[in-house]
Amino acid sequence: MSSTATTKTVPGTDRPLSPGTGKPSKMSLLWANIKRHKLSYLFLAPFLLLFTFFTIIPIFTSIGLSFSYYNMIESPRFIGLSNYRLLFVDDDIFLKAIGITFNFAMITGPVGYIMAFMLAWLISQVPVKYRFFYTLCFYTPSITSATAMSVVWLYLFAGDRKGLINYWALKLGIIQEPYLFLQNVNSIVPVIIIVSLWMSMGIGFLAFLAGLQNVSKELYEAGAIDGIKFKLQELWYITIPSVKPQLLFGAVLQVVFSLQVFDVSVQLVGIPSPLYAGHTILTHLFDYAFIKFEMGYASAIAVVLFLIMLGLNRLIFKWLGRD
Amino acid sequence: MVKGLRFNWGRSLFYLLLTAFGLLMLAPLVYMASTAFKPTAELFLFPPRFFFINPTWNNFYQLLLVTGSSFVPFTRYIFNSLIVTLGVVGGGIIVSALAAYPLAKHNMPFRSAIFNLIVFSLMFSPMVLQIPQYLVISNIGLMNTYIAQIIPYLASPVGMFLMVQFAKQIPEPLLEAARIDGAGEWKIFISIVIPMLKPAIATFALFSFIQAWNDPYPAMVYATLEDMKSLPIAIQTISGGAGVVARVGTFAAASFLMIIPTILVFVITQRMVLQTMAHSGLKE
Repeated sequence: MSSTATTKTVPGTDRPLSPGTGKPSKMSLLWANIKRHKLSYLFLAPFLLLFTFFTIIPIFTSIGLSFSYYNMIESPRFIGLSNYRLLFVDDDIFLKAIGITFNFAMITGPVGYIMAFMLAWLISQVPVKYRFFYTLCFYTPSITSATAMSVVWLYLFAGDRKGLINYWALKLGIIQEPYLFLQNVNSIVPVIIIVSLWMSMGIGFLAFLAGLQNVSKELYEAGAIDGIKFKLQELWYITIPSVKPQLLFGAVLQVVFSLQVFDVSVQLVGIPSPLYAGHTILTHLFDYAFIKFEMGYASAIAVVLFLIMLGLNRLIFKWLGRD
Repeated sequence: MVKGLRFNWGRSLFYLLLTAFGLLMLAPLVYMASTAFKPTAELFLFPPRFFFINPTWNNFYQLLLVTGSSFVPFTRYIFNSLIVTLGVVGGGIIVSALAAYPLAKHNMPFRSAIFNLIVFSLMFSPMVLQIPQYLVISNIGLMNTYIAQIIPYLASPVGMFLMVQFAKQIPEPLLEAARIDGAGEWKIFISIVIPMLKPAIATFALFSFIQAWNDPYPAMVYATLEDMKSLPIAIQTISGGAGVVARVGTFAAASFLMIIPTILVFVITQRMVLQTMAHSGLKE
């Protein structure tokens, strides 16, 4: 890297291009331009290499593998659309996993998103010196590890009289017998939703918080002159439009967060969960990839999840991305 | 009400509710901390108690002793987690800061294409790419090394995105002045860009620290030897698997030890993080 320190190329300024014969073609212009910026590419190189190896190439490999049978021992064998046919026609557990993931995401996604925004907005109404306390209260849960927190959830939702919720519910006479929260098929998804919502005030929440603190005071003053009386009016007509870019960023992360539910489910109900009631798309993927080592089939699952995330995010962009 | 001391009911109610909700969110963490310090006699009290009565360090001794007599001591897991996390954080900062400078400030071909690729990769979870990543790691013979648990996570799209957005607002005249003074790009990067990127670097450190420290996945997949596993895996082992409540005290002590560093890192970096997140906006 020391040699680059002495180079005097000035990226961003126009230098006369090397004289070519006649009119330089578009390609050679581009090439000259690239050569002129070789230092910029050198800065980018480590990131680009890693990004290509661990993100770009894997996307194509996944798509390729999804059309094959591959068990890690023999080399992959092309089998056309069989994996997908199997997934959508014969694999009842996968269809169930899609249903569970969507059920989960339809609640955690919007509720977590709105909750994060409203809490950030409420915090922005608080005097600056108290803000950190509230930020810490709401943000800390999202930086805890699902594994570490399971000690609390297993106690809270324990299926015997010693579980905290059961204890109080029995005492107050709401139920007559302890309820098996983590074994009962009907309560597994709601429990996972509650725990995930608790953990959902993450990067998006911080983005909202920062965005809200930087909405200019003049906008609010102008709004007051234009006849805005209530806080909610102010929120709708001034605050939300001002933080739209942060809202979009938060929404994109929220879609990914709510569809990649895996950790919490595995920690609380295991793989496989009772009657597959906590089985999500990622659980299914993990099961086939790293327990059964059917990489081709697992890749097909990955491709489906990838497309669902991309599709939803395209919708979000269409909806929130307009100015 | 006494004259002059008007009590604002609406405002008090607002604070009361917000504080109550805040404390409710913290309650699970407080319970965990309290359990970690409970003596054995209090762990299985009936009716269950929220707070400890006679706090003790016993659970932490147990954690180091009991797991110490099994074949991998608990401190080894802590060590592994530290190495991997520091690798991901340190490496990630270097790689992303280097790349953020030209992406934000240089006008080279393919710049917007590369930036769009980063935005594009925000839209899906890296979890969907785990199979090819695993194949790459196992084929180049990196299984059971620290590097395997580090390199797939160095090029993080979220951190990269935040870094570039933040770098965009470094004032252009500053860079121009340095160039006129004859500073090379490398010099500019070290003496101007890096100091100005400090808040973004702190933010990157926070997010990648949390991710790397909490994620059980890399050690689950890239390590088959027990002495290469990380803290989350050790905690799973102590807990005895999903849905089982065994050795609650040790389990809580281990969880407590695991959560404390993430909170500390947040408390240290929070001011700079909020500064950075103001530039996190995404536009089409």
